[in-house]
Amino acid sequence: MAEIKITFKLFAALQDYLPHEAKRTNALVLEIDGATTIAQIIERFALPRKLVHLVLIDGSFIPPGERAARTLREGETLAIWPPVAGG
Amino acid sequence: MGWARKILRVDLSKGTCKSEPLNMEWAQQYLGQRGLATKYFVEEVDPKVDPLSPANKLIMATGPLTGTMASTGGRYSVITKGALTGAIACSNSGGYIGAELKMAGWDMIIFEGKSPKPVYLSIQDDVAELRDAAHLWGKTTWDTEEIIKSSHHDPQVRVCSIGRAGENGVLYACIVNDLHRAAGRSGVGTVMGSKNLKAVAVRGTVGVSGIRDFKAFMTATTAAKKVLADNAVTGQGLPTYGTQVLMNVINEMGALPTRNAKEVQFEGARKISAEAMHEKRLSDGKANLVTNAACFGCTIACGRISQVDKNHWSVVNSPKYWGATGGLEYEAAWSLGAADGVDDLDALTVANMICNEDGFDPITFGATVGAVMELYTMGVLTKEQIGIEAPFGSAQALLEIAHMTAEGRGFGKEMGLGSARLTAKYGHPELSMSVKGQEFPAYDPRGIQGMGLTYATSNRGACHLRSYTVASEVLGIPVKTDPLVTEGKPALVMAFQDATAAFDSSGTCIFTTFAWSLVDLAPQIDAACEGGEAGWSVERLAELGARIWNMERLFNNAAGFTAKDDDLPTRLKTEPAQTGPAKGLVSGIDKMVPEYYKLRGWDTAGVPDKETLARLGL
Repeated sequence: MAEIKITFKLFAALQDYLPHEAKRTNALVLEIDGATTIAQIIERFALPRKLVHLVLIDGSFIPPGERAARTLREGETLAIWPPVAGG
Repeated sequence: MGWARKILRVDLSKGTCKSEPLNMEWAQQYLGQRGLATKYFVEEVDPKVDPLSPANKLIMATGPLTGTMASTGGRYSVITKGALTGAIACSNSGGYIGAELKMAGWDMIIFEGKSPKPVYLSIQDDVAELRDAAHLWGKTTWDTEEIIKSSHHDPQVRVCSIGRAGENGVLYACIVNDLHRAAGRSGVGTVMGSKNLKAVAVRGTVGVSGIRDFKAFMTATTAAKKVLADNAVTGQGLPTYGTQVLMNVINEMGALPTRNAKEVQFEGARKISAEAMHEKRLSDGKANLVTNAACFGCTIACGRISQVDKNHWSVVNSPKYWGATGGLEYEAAWSLGAADGVDDLDALTVANMICNEDGFDPITFGATVGAVMELYTMGVLTKEQIGIEAPFGSAQALLEIAHMTAEGRGFGKEMGLGSARLTAKYGHPELSMSVKGQEFPAYDPRGIQGMGLTYATSNRGACHLRSYTVASEVLGIPVKTDPLVTEGKPALVMAFQDATAAFDSSGTCIFTTFAWSLVDLAPQIDAACEGGEAGWSVERLAELGARIWNMERLFNNAAGFTAKDDDLPTRLKTEPAQTGPAKGLVSGIDKMVPEYYKLRGWDTAGVPDKETLARLGL
């Protein structure tokens, strides 16, 4: 598969898993193989499973059961949060 | 028993304070705080009353768990007919004064009439008296609290007060307690100001006694605290990041109303988010967030204490804003920020301080600034009229308008009208992002459909806290639902509304519901309160919530509201979201309301039918 570029964002407690230079934007551009799944990216960044709660691609929710199979497409934004809430 | 069984009736016209027993029959039907005080209110006040007339009443009420060992048991509510909306108003606040009132031996205070001169109410346990407040009139809430504590020679006195906004008739004035907590919405502070009531100062040393089954209460409250501690949201997420953590979430989802809801995503969201509050500023090397903070008895501690850069242009000559004080919560950061296109975190923090200092609702204020900025952009309002150039994104305009509103000068007087009246005055009522006269908060109904129904049907005007379906549609609590569809939302909204009404009547905080359900609340109430043979079950609390909701609805209907008022601003129904997952979508409110009425047991005009009233004992 060809290399693609995606934007990877980690927020709240998960931003500690971003490289230092990405922490002021919470975002990192990744060049990945087009066959890479969400689960593989989570594994690559060693994100603790219990902190991977809200997973959005371009703002749309990806249920836990789909994360092992869902691959990323060129230009998509993958954003992940630990359990959070507000009001 | 949970209740103190005693209420204080203050006749401001006569200057009298009288104790009377709590109506325990009503307590069995309406529990406390929001429910029980609203029952008193609807029984005593004509729904057609002018909110600012002496005939309107204002009730400050605690719940049976207020002041107890239950986690978050520090809440109190203010019930009146709202100055901004003309609808039933119930504004809920944390801090410490609610618990102090309960520990002084009172369940609630009913204010009636109007004082001929400015006064404040002093309560020292069972001694209550009205005192002259001439020296306090014209003071901010911050100064008022300091002066009262000093004159009482007691730093432990708890104070709630109105600022200059409440004196000047800003229609969305708050009642601020403990410096930066507030009964914030619908203009309850305006009603207080109309009565020449400046403040309430309370010192309670009696304590809260009479828990029905103390051992069971200890067991229930301990178990419930463990639920909060073990939950990732209430145990870690909220204390660390506060409500502001939602800024990036909602923006990514394309549901952040931006520039008066013309757009649904804000390019500056990250700069005003919880993550930004945590990081060190480039200017002075310090973070905006100093620490988190808790209200009375709270084991979550979501509150924000912030400090701005002393050299920031907005405060460089104003040392009073240099200290650490109440910081931005999500709704205020949105209304002062995204709604106005402003991304200067320190400027927003200062604007929020001004709202606390002089007591006005940052949600309505910020949303009204957004409407003004749109009118300015259209050329309807000019620099000469406003007093400053006011394009979207101008932090200078935001702060100058905040100062003008606080001080009641210049264009600030028009700002005090709120967006519905202001935009109508200038011929563009469609630019007010409000329902029943109250501005909606930080969730765009095009991207989170359930919140559209929440806003449209909220009994106190647009509000997120009457049924926070964001929990389900965004965060998956208790189950994840699709935010972009309308199917299932009427039932979801109704369930949230009823459960919320029960929580709001208990003395606990609605934020517990990220971990708790009625299953966790019921044992605590049952152990604290006499409940007859049936006790306080989940089913009883859910029915109580429905009873309260319908009671509020009946008041609004009698006040003149109709089904036409259960609607959203035209923009949300005709201008589709331009970006994000909701791109191309408008709110499906017209599909949801009829189904909601059916589920509620209301006719097509939104009036509860006989069976519904009989079922709920109304």
